[in-house]
Amino acid sequence: MKKKQKKKLIRIIVAAALLILLNVLPLPKILGSLFKSQDLIRGFVRLGLFLIPYFIIGYDILLKAAKGIKNLRPLDECFLMTIATIGAFALEIYEDFPNADYNEAVVVMLFYQIGEWFQSVAVGKSRKSITDLMDIRPDHAMVLRDGTFVQVSPEEVEPGEIITVHPGERVPIDGIITEGRSSLDMSALTGESIPKSAGEGDEILSGCINMSGVLKIRTTKEFGQSTVSRILELVENAGSRKSKSEDFISKFARIYTPVVCALALCLAVLPPVVNLFAGHAPGWGSWVYRALTFLVISCPCALVISIPLSFFAGIGGAGKEGILIKGSNYLETLSKAGIVVFDKTGTLTKGVFKVQDVHHSSMDRKELLELAAHAESGSDHPIAASIRNAYLECPGAGEIDESRVKDIRELGGHGVTAVVDGREVAAGNLKLMAQKGIEAGPCHSVGTIIHMAVDGNYEGHLVIADEVKEHSAEAIRQLKENGVRKTVMLTGDADSAAREIASETGIDEVCSELLPEGKVERINGLLSEKDKKESLIYAGDGLNDAPALALADVGIAMGTLGTDAAIEAADVVIMDDDPLKVAKALKISRKCMRIVYENIWVTIGVKVICLILGALGIANMWLAIFADVGIMVLAVLNAIRALRVKKL
Amino acid sequence: MKKTYKIEVDCAKCANEMEAASKKVKGVADAGVNFMTQKITVEFAEGADEASVMKAVLKACKKVDSDCEIDF
Repeated sequence: MKKKQKKKLIRIIVAAALLILLNVLPLPKILGSLFKSQDLIRGFVRLGLFLIPYFIIGYDILLKAAKGIKNLRPLDECFLMTIATIGAFALEIYEDFPNADYNEAVVVMLFYQIGEWFQSVAVGKSRKSITDLMDIRPDHAMVLRDGTFVQVSPEEVEPGEIITVHPGERVPIDGIITEGRSSLDMSALTGESIPKSAGEGDEILSGCINMSGVLKIRTTKEFGQSTVSRILELVENAGSRKSKSEDFISKFARIYTPVVCALALCLAVLPPVVNLFAGHAPGWGSWVYRALTFLVISCPCALVISIPLSFFAGIGGAGKEGILIKGSNYLETLSKAGIVVFDKTGTLTKGVFKVQDVHHSSMDRKELLELAAHAESGSDHPIAASIRNAYLECPGAGEIDESRVKDIRELGGHGVTAVVDGREVAAGNLKLMAQKGIEAGPCHSVGTIIHMAVDGNYEGHLVIADEVKEHSAEAIRQLKENGVRKTVMLTGDADSAAREIASETGIDEVCSELLPEGKVERINGLLSEKDKKESLIYAGDGLNDAPALALADVGIAMGTLGTDAAIEAADVVIMDDDPLKVAKALKISRKCMRIVYENIWVTIGVKVICLILGALGIANMWLAIFADVGIMVLAVLNAIRALRVKKL
Repeated sequence: MKKTYKIEVDCAKCANEMEAASKKVKGVADAGVNFMTQKITVEFAEGADEASVMKAVLKACKKVDSDCEIDF
């Protein structure tokens, strides 16, 4: 708790205690015996006694109200509370002076302050829990100037200067290591907890923590362009892009307060005047009281505080899951997702080649892979790597021993031939088989086919393809469960490969053999055919699809740490590349919006009911302040719920 | 130059008003107040003196809410 909050709590307790004391003590009796027949003095002493807790609890409100008038900004909450409570005092004095009951005025101020206190504690707590999570801002940089290292703020370091980072410190600016060796904790950037080692000549990203050695770094970017700044900017500007709901609330609040104040004025003046003309008793007291009750309810704080807080909590909760959402407007749009478009490679598939199958071989799978892996042992092509990995994954496989291989010949565009353990191995495409005069079996599988021949005999083929990510199918299923009408996959790959992946993951529509412009065209088409109320989400890995990211209602870039264009163009950035996170982002947004709507309607509902009851004279000021503070507390507690998204 | 400072602001409505007030301060090219992160970002105009501009910004914010504090 901050000092200010502690001070206020003490004031609340003291004022409440005094008020209870004034009510528990037999006050009329005591005052009566002290000032027997001096009614006037007795009345003033009584008023004075109640003013003590009133001033203790409300002096800052009164001061702020006065300042508000001085600065020509009336109609703020302080002003309204001041008018309402002073009015309540005045009314009591007017109605039954010497024995007036001032409890109401003091209690209204007391409850208002309790509400304010609670709000500041709750907001402060949730804010802290969210920002702590994301605070990776470096405080300073040690920069080399005139031969010594001086401490400056990171903004003042120019690109090309030398900075030093000691163990335990956060790297403030992106650069290249010129001296020293250390391991780096990158968890704030990637969520990856295993440290990465780096030495001279390596690129180093700001935001990671230097764990062991002293490093000297030549900066390559300004602080503002460094990774840490870009991430912070994402997080900090999240609040500045307002959603429609927030706009609605700020407009509503702007209109609501003046309207209620005007109504209060009418309520205080019109009925008594009408009564006067009709020849009845005007009943000023009762109508002014109803008007004051109105003023107490006129404060829209429950809405003004809880809606942004809900969004902030939602964005914070998402951030904890490695999903950076650039603004509450995107959270809102995301919740209405009707069509979700995926890029294939790197998004639904791993973008990594893998041996899927071995066909038509008379040899043992492991034996064939062993020969293939050794024949390919000299190549660093991704296909060769995938064959080596496939062999190493076989149960009982040994290391790849290059001494077993002789006469490796790489035939560009065909494949490779080599002698492994004295056996002649040829691995490659149909052209290679034709060249060797070997008849190869056809293959209907999708992917890259590596035909194998051993000692001149055909030994089947390996099917190598991009692998569908583990969670792709589950992600699509979850999206469907959460109101997504249609899922689409866009790819530049061949149609057959695309269709197979679509059926494996449960994607509804496939657009294959697309050029990058084709993706944009297709998204335009989908945008024109979608329903007005729903939104189109595009999820891609950020490579070559920045236009698509920007075009969609919400563009989600996945696994994109460090690619500027994608972070720039995307509205939501997912730190790792798990497609389940897309579904998670959607679920978070839907939960958050549910909470926002709950808060909007319940709060407005309660306020309207209280206003009606107040106007009819059924609700008194006690009920009004109770409703006002109570609904605010409920709304804030409800808003904080948006932070809990782990189990979604 | 763009810099970010800690700001103590107690309500979301005040934060919006402080943002508007800060933008009008001489020497400020652009400003943003984020209630949730309690940060004020000020983009200084060319050749503006940071300390004196921030003093003026603080004064403008204090006019909105006298409890406001900025670390600079």
